[in-house]
Amino acid sequence: MFDLIVILIPLFPLLAVVANGLNVLLGHRYSDEIAHRLGWGSVLASFVCAFWVVQHTLGAPAPRTVVVYRWIFGGDLTVNFGFLIDPLSCVMLLVVTGVGFLIHVYSVGYMHGEEGFTRFFAYMNLFMVSMLLLVMGNNYLVLFIGWEGVGLCSYLLIGYYYDRVSAAKAATKAFVVNRIGDAGFLLAIFLVFANFGTLDYTDVFAQAAKLTPTAATAIAVCLFIGAVGKSAQLPLYTWLPDAMEGPTPVSALIHAATMVTAGVYMVVRNHAIYDLAPAALLLVGVVGAATALFAATIGLVQTDIKRVLAYSTVSQLGFMFLACGVGAYAAAIFHLVTHAFFKALLFLSAGSVIHALAGEQDIRKMGGLWKAIPVTHGVFLIGTAAIAGFPFLSGWWSKDEILGHAFTHGHYFLWFLGATAAFCTAFYMSRLLYLTFYGESRVDHDAAHHLHESPRVMLAPLILLAVLSVIGGLIGVIPGGLENGWFHQFLRPVVSVSKGTAGHEGGPLLPYILMAVTTVIAVGGWFLAHYFYQLKPDQPDRWAAKLRGAYALLLNKYWVDEVYDKTVVEPVKRLGRRCDAVDTGVVDGAVVGVRRLNEASAAASTWVEKYVIYGGLNVTGFANHLASRVLRRLQTGLVHHYATILVAGFVLLVNLIVLFFWVGGGS
Amino acid sequence: MILNEVAAGQQIGFPILTVLTFLPFLGAVVIWLFQKDEDLILKSALAVAGLEFFISAVLFWHFTPNSAHIQFAERASWIPAIGIGYHLGVDGISVLFIPLTAFLLVLIMVYSWDAEKTLLKPYLMALLALEGTMIGVFASLDLILFFVFWELMLIPGYFLIKLWGPGADRQYAALKYVLYTLTGSVLMLVGIVLLNLNFHTAAVASHTEPLYSFDLVDLLTVPVPPEQQALIFFLLFFGFAFKAPVFPFHTWLPTALVEGPIVMSVLLAGVKLGTYGFIRFSLPLLPEASRSWMWVMAALGLAAIIYGALIALVQTDFRRLLAFSSISHLGFVMLGLFALNFQGLQGSLLQMINLGFSTAGLFFMVGFLYTRTGSADLAAYGGLAHRVPLLATFVLILGLASIGLPGTNGFVGEFLILVGAFRAHWVLAAVGVLGVILGAAYFLWYYERAFFGPAAASALKPLQDLQPREWGIAVALGVMILWIGLYPAPFLNMINGSVQALADRLEQGSRVQAVRGSEPAATAQRAVR
Repeated sequence: MFDLIVILIPLFPLLAVVANGLNVLLGHRYSDEIAHRLGWGSVLASFVCAFWVVQHTLGAPAPRTVVVYRWIFGGDLTVNFGFLIDPLSCVMLLVVTGVGFLIHVYSVGYMHGEEGFTRFFAYMNLFMVSMLLLVMGNNYLVLFIGWEGVGLCSYLLIGYYYDRVSAAKAATKAFVVNRIGDAGFLLAIFLVFANFGTLDYTDVFAQAAKLTPTAATAIAVCLFIGAVGKSAQLPLYTWLPDAMEGPTPVSALIHAATMVTAGVYMVVRNHAIYDLAPAALLLVGVVGAATALFAATIGLVQTDIKRVLAYSTVSQLGFMFLACGVGAYAAAIFHLVTHAFFKALLFLSAGSVIHALAGEQDIRKMGGLWKAIPVTHGVFLIGTAAIAGFPFLSGWWSKDEILGHAFTHGHYFLWFLGATAAFCTAFYMSRLLYLTFYGESRVDHDAAHHLHESPRVMLAPLILLAVLSVIGGLIGVIPGGLENGWFHQFLRPVVSVSKGTAGHEGGPLLPYILMAVTTVIAVGGWFLAHYFYQLKPDQPDRWAAKLRGAYALLLNKYWVDEVYDKTVVEPVKRLGRRCDAVDTGVVDGAVVGVRRLNEASAAASTWVEKYVIYGGLNVTGFANHLASRVLRRLQTGLVHHYATILVAGFVLLVNLIVLFFWVGGGS
Repeated sequence: MILNEVAAGQQIGFPILTVLTFLPFLGAVVIWLFQKDEDLILKSALAVAGLEFFISAVLFWHFTPNSAHIQFAERASWIPAIGIGYHLGVDGISVLFIPLTAFLLVLIMVYSWDAEKTLLKPYLMALLALEGTMIGVFASLDLILFFVFWELMLIPGYFLIKLWGPGADRQYAALKYVLYTLTGSVLMLVGIVLLNLNFHTAAVASHTEPLYSFDLVDLLTVPVPPEQQALIFFLLFFGFAFKAPVFPFHTWLPTALVEGPIVMSVLLAGVKLGTYGFIRFSLPLLPEASRSWMWVMAALGLAAIIYGALIALVQTDFRRLLAFSSISHLGFVMLGLFALNFQGLQGSLLQMINLGFSTAGLFFMVGFLYTRTGSADLAAYGGLAHRVPLLATFVLILGLASIGLPGTNGFVGEFLILVGAFRAHWVLAAVGVLGVILGAAYFLWYYERAFFGPAAASALKPLQDLQPREWGIAVALGVMILWIGLYPAPFLNMINGSVQALADRLEQGSRVQAVRGSEPAATAQRAVR
């Protein structure tokens, strides 16, 4: 029963993919109505199954493996197609199916009337299948199916409006940049197999202690390369902002709530290896903190509502890696969950804004929208407060836990980076809120005319997500207070650090001081935005003029894309062209050269032409002939006669070379 | 290394491999007799190909999995004086190639239904003859018999490129193809003779009969002295490397694939004869030389992976892109073969089959595009996802398989190859994964430019989407790709036994197990038919 239900979780969306996919391929035999019902219905069914599975795991948190069949095997390698159900995968299951379901429902309204409606739901369901395989797999290779599967769906959905050149380019970029990470991940898989002789998590982690520090570091770093690609960290984050070319529900589901967090899940899943590799862990922490701050600074000046959110996602993912880096694995997953709530909420409400403005995404053409779309405004406000870290909202709990852990464990520099990033976050999110909803309306006349609140099918998921963004943090505090909440107790069997890195006691007051600091940061960021965009609306332009260099740097996103283009993309293409030239000029040129060399001796060509055209049979005969003749000569068994054979072969070769001449002269 | 045999008579009751080898030739003759009606000619060619595929499916079905034995063996004497015999049989190394070839031929016949109008009769006869020789190559265990089929293949191949190629330079392409292969096979023939002589020396020394043999099973029992192995290894190498083609002997391939007809491209890219030669003959017969030259061979593989992918990146002609991607894929196969361990061999063998679906399948797709636009160049494409959505979908599926997306067959092969390479030395895998990145880059970049983009610019000429017969081809390929990708067990079971035996031999060297005929059952089965 348990096994069957577990298998049903990814199977439901898979069946919907098959049905909707065939419907598209066979020319739309049924209506959009049925297509979307299959779409969200299958995810709901998965959610129900996942809920059942989680309920059964609550009582007995021991990991359970469900093997479906033997996938790749032979020699000493066996890889099963199997699932692992433990507290970590349970949390991920609920997030993926739960948030996924809400976004599917929202999409029914948002995508209404789009040309590729059924195709959209087929891709979204395929994404659900891949994501579920990713979090449920019981070994690295099933994870990797999901890992590249979500990448494929991301590709397909970024390129959903494939006749837009920018969308097509963004799709290719996302896939190729991700593949760089995937190559690192593959190397990690090979390393794991070479060290453990298996790819099953349970076997690997049970033997993790036998790893040498070098091997552990190598595996951890290679895995992290994969995570950096998938979770858009420095230096491979550039694909994510471009990924905003996809429809907004896609940005919410794939590029905010679930897929991009896969790297965090993977690092936490492998924490047994990371614990053995402090250097790698430090790398994770530093990259995470640096990304958090770096992306947040870019977010300060962006003007596209979705791009601001995209950079904020990159930044928040940085927080999660920062948490991993300081050993706060449970906090990383906690932030993953709360982030899924409020970031999905923010993206979907941004979608609602875009919907209301008939496609407008530039915040310079918004403003004063709160009256026209009050519900959207309300939920967006909640989302902003949650991500900025206003007290008692979900983001406050999880972000505070990460920063607090960093501080109490002596990572003061990482804490400082994180705190600065948190301040920037509070500022740019409030800025986004003000520019979109408050102040004077800068909406185009036409668009203002059609301003409307979104339909209920879109608002209902928004309200539910808003509720989760408010109270979602409580799972981390009730009943035992911070780090003793239900969430942490549930995860403890999976994520407890094997080697103790106990934080120093900073006195009973320290946690409260840190909490207060986090709060001050959030309120400070908000106040600064309030000052700039409400009290003195002329200030931003003045500051931009005053700090022209810095402003240009941020506005152009540090010119990272341009640098990559010049240093990687273009050189590789140039290398390709050069190889192509070498291939025709030199490699093939050698062949052609032989032919030209013989251009003088035309006389033999007729003979050779006959010889070749009827050559197959002749050669066979000749082969027999040659063989028997040589054999007769060699019955003495003299090895020296090899030379004779070689000469015979050479004679034949010369004949053939003459033929090249024929090619030159005859054609 | 002792390969036991199970006779066809015992296993299935009729000489199935002889039937498979000669049925296409018979079919060609039968078609020759239908003088007039084109429709009838097409139907009978398809019927022959279909029957052939059915029999190959029977072979697949009756093959005993997880066994290193040679199965469905048939023996007859041919030229006993110098040890040439008619010896057919399949084991895990060769068995999958036969249904693959037959499968592709069925698709080719279906494809030709719409695509080929000129000189239909000789065209179909050439295709059937080509099928017969290819199957003969895979079924032969006698090296001379193998060589005969290997060379015979050139005749229909030559004419197919020369007469039915769409390119302006098809004459040149055909000749280049033939000369390249022929040059290699001359050297290979010398190598084969040397193997025979070595056998002879040993037979004389130990006073055993027969004195001469070209039979793989016999040759395997006599280790080649290590000092001679390198010479023979390289003689064979040229034969196989030119055919495969292995970088840097590949330049005939892009020419042939661009100038030749699609059906020939499908077979050249889909049926990996050259690399089959390595795993069938070079590795088991010359394990010491294979080991000492492993680094050179693996380096050639790596070079091909990177070099082919880089060139593919900048192509605008889809066929040329596929030609270089094919060279890159062959680099993977070489890398796996010369990792000389179980996973490498297993992955390479599986990958050779996989490419018969993915790369060959992409050539069919190019054919579909070609019949619609009259071009394989980017200039004629753009916005194709709008114009021919179904075709675009299948190109994407096949392309993803070719770049090794998990869930498709390409991943299983590529993963095993890289695991094998990693176990040989981590550097091999570390360089090999670059091919994984470049593969995604060249395919998706091309796909972006050809299939995505504004439909408006390309809405000049409305194009028909896939027609029922084309549908059939695309679906058949898609099913195989997902089958092997998600549930490769039946295929792995068939090859694992022989791969294990080969891996053991490469591990232990040729001197171990050099005593012949240890199992009485095996010798009893030798007198077949």
